[in-house]
Amino acid sequence: MGFGPHLLLAVLEGLVTSAVLALTALGLSLVFGVMRVVNVAHGELFMLGAVLAWAVATAVGGSPALGFVAALVIAPLIVGAVAALAEQLVLRRVDYDPEATIVATIGLLYILQQLALTFYGADARPVPPPFNIRLALPWFGYSAYKLSIIATSTVLLLLSWLVLTHTRAGLIMRATQYDRETAQAFGIPVGRVYAAVFAIGAMLAAVAAVLIVPISQAHYLMGQDPLLLSFAVVIIGGLGSLRGTVVAALLIGISDGVISMFFSPTLAKLIATLAVAMVLVFRPQGLFGKAAR
Amino acid sequence: MNGSARLWLLHAAVVALLVALNFLLPAYHHGLMARILVLATFAMGYNLTFGYGGLLSLGHAMFFAAGLYGAGLGIQHLGLGVPAAFLAGLACGAALALLAGLLALRTTGVAFMIVTLMFSQAFHLAILYFSAFTGGDQGLVLRPQQRRIETALGTLDLTDPTTRYLTALALFAVVLFAMLAIVRSGFGRVLVAIRENEERARMLGYDTFASRLAALVTSGTICAAAGAAYGLLFGYVGANFASVQYSILPLLWVLLGGAATTLGPLFGTVFMYYLIDIASGYTSAYMLAVGVILILLVLFFRKGLLGTLRERWLRWLP
Amino acid sequence: MNALLETRGLSRDFGGLRAVDRVDFSLMPGEIRALIGPNGAGKTTFVSLVCGRIEPSAGTIVFDGEDITALPAHRRVRLGIAYTFQITSVFSNLSVFDNVALAVQRTLADGRSQGRLRAGVIEALERVGLADRASLPAGQLAYGHQRLLEVAMGLALRPRLMVLDEPTQGLGDSEIENFIALAREIAASATVLLIEHNMDVVMQLAHRITVLEAGRVLAEGTPEAIRADEAVQRAYLGGGA
Repeated sequence: MGFGPHLLLAVLEGLVTSAVLALTALGLSLVFGVMRVVNVAHGELFMLGAVLAWAVATAVGGSPALGFVAALVIAPLIVGAVAALAEQLVLRRVDYDPEATIVATIGLLYILQQLALTFYGADARPVPPPFNIRLALPWFGYSAYKLSIIATSTVLLLLSWLVLTHTRAGLIMRATQYDRETAQAFGIPVGRVYAAVFAIGAMLAAVAAVLIVPISQAHYLMGQDPLLLSFAVVIIGGLGSLRGTVVAALLIGISDGVISMFFSPTLAKLIATLAVAMVLVFRPQGLFGKAAR
Repeated sequence: MNGSARLWLLHAAVVALLVALNFLLPAYHHGLMARILVLATFAMGYNLTFGYGGLLSLGHAMFFAAGLYGAGLGIQHLGLGVPAAFLAGLACGAALALLAGLLALRTTGVAFMIVTLMFSQAFHLAILYFSAFTGGDQGLVLRPQQRRIETALGTLDLTDPTTRYLTALALFAVVLFAMLAIVRSGFGRVLVAIRENEERARMLGYDTFASRLAALVTSGTICAAAGAAYGLLFGYVGANFASVQYSILPLLWVLLGGAATTLGPLFGTVFMYYLIDIASGYTSAYMLAVGVILILLVLFFRKGLLGTLRERWLRWLP
Repeated sequence: MNALLETRGLSRDFGGLRAVDRVDFSLMPGEIRALIGPNGAGKTTFVSLVCGRIEPSAGTIVFDGEDITALPAHRRVRLGIAYTFQITSVFSNLSVFDNVALAVQRTLADGRSQGRLRAGVIEALERVGLADRASLPAGQLAYGHQRLLEVAMGLALRPRLMVLDEPTQGLGDSEIENFIALAREIAASATVLLIEHNMDVVMQLAHRITVLEAGRVLAEGTPEAIRADEAVQRAYLGGGA
């Protein structure tokens, strides 16, 4: 295979990564945007989604498509419920203090990881893809399922954008983000909005995870990379900017795909990590965000 | 007896007790305690920035690992002796802390936490990436003959349990008294003032950036000393020590023992280490204990053991 | 005699709003100068520019012949500009002693000399009458005493220019009397720039008064001249009263 097709393959793989990453990062960004807290357990909620997807698909049995669809519906709901519970029991009680929240979500990270190890085990297990079609490109065959991930993610991102900008729920979220006290004064139940936002953020991660399991298998340690890369996306894209999130996810996903293929995945992650740190130090508003005056 | 003498006596008594434990502890606990003393030194270094400086770093594993690898690679590739390797470890930690501080201290709060986390993660990944040199995931094992110090009076063998324990204790004691001196000095007072109200400290004429940088470099150097000692005493240099987990653990130990207390890191480390040791007798799920304790600490016990003690009864504790 | 402090065309914008507008100002050594004006006139912004807490949009600041416009705040403090905060901001978890010690230890050439540190702290606390409360946490002091502690911290810096931002706000009558005496004592060793709303205090203390309105200097002169100035009366002293 020549350089051109190789690059095409790398870019395609990168696009799949970007699609999953954009959803995961949107969840993280939403939580930070509205609640002003950093959820370090976000990657573990992603992992939980993947593990639950395996559990649901296995329990349902029958055709792969049925199991997958069941997982796509049920796993995010359970993850959302877990997140809402954590929000009520812990985050609310530390009054969303930024530092206390980080320490508490680190605790949640360890708990989820250990529970997954105890009940799910240390093995990596796949969920069969809902359909098995290979598209024959001139240079190599490519999984149609992977392309469908890109399509699904695009639809979900558009949907999120519509909800945020054109519905009452979106308006309430933006109002709460803008000013918590004033929102409260206008009768918005800020407590419930926070719980809902935290749950929705987790559910976005879970959906992304269900989409990726047919390709990459479910494993109890799989949450670390999505967390790291989501951080990268949210920080580089600029907080609270949906457009920035998508652009940054594309940038990071594709460069991750290309660097991983031609050099090494470790180097790709190394570069992403340093890029995040440098953006935070020198351009805290993100590459695409506007500077706060 | 004046306050100052009482404090020095109290800390000397703690060190004396630890010396006595060398002769009293059964072999298993003796070995465990040697490890704990080195890790408690790590925690004291962390406490300088987190407790006194009010800077919550999620990246101190890189300083510990810088000391560990500085010493380990120095022995493995440059053929350094033990004292030179220890100093090489210190130098690596100090240099890394200076570089990380110059960049990370431009940020505050949550951004500072993420920047330090990312730097530490990059350091970890670099260790994995340059595996030809560092041994990657496998790490390096230092041979017993590489861990001896030849002196005029004879050979000091760091693989011998008693030597190991007393060396760990010596490092711990030096750092403990250094911490006591630092926090009671003018510099310690300035550090706490910056933590309490940075703007006010600046308007008293303090360059708050420089003070924080000095604190971070001191802290990084102490953590590197702990890392270098860990490698030399226990003979293993592994990438695991650069992982996020080793940035979280000192935070946990310090929170548990009491942030901004001189003896808190020791108590926090002992308590947590034994808790995990006992828990792992019943279950392999020790991470669950770490997670639950972190959350409980944040919810109900923000000041930790000695912090609470100081608040309620012993106001004079440093 | 040369001015201790001089500003030329000093301006500061916040977004579209010009909080300080081309202010030319000069202050002679040994003077007590009061800065008055209605709320929002730009008084605190102006002294914040002088102290380096915020950066000017335009203009220069000269202190004792040296252009300090680009100096960071802590370097200006070291040159001898002390600022006491409008909103009391002592270190409430530290003892009264430690609060003042923070100021004293910086001025000592040898910061390690415990004896001289102690003497310096006690001297500053005695000047404001808080020496007997040195070991209390600052947060446990009564409000008026916290204001005095602020002043003690300023004094302990041994400043050449002391900027007092509404020092009598929230004080009772007898405390204000004491403060006026204290301010006169401060003026013996330092030049004083005072933001103050209480006109009795201003009239008793100030050698000269500068009136700011909407970011500009409206008038400047002796207390008598200011009292007689019609423009000032219209803008500030309560219309034609």
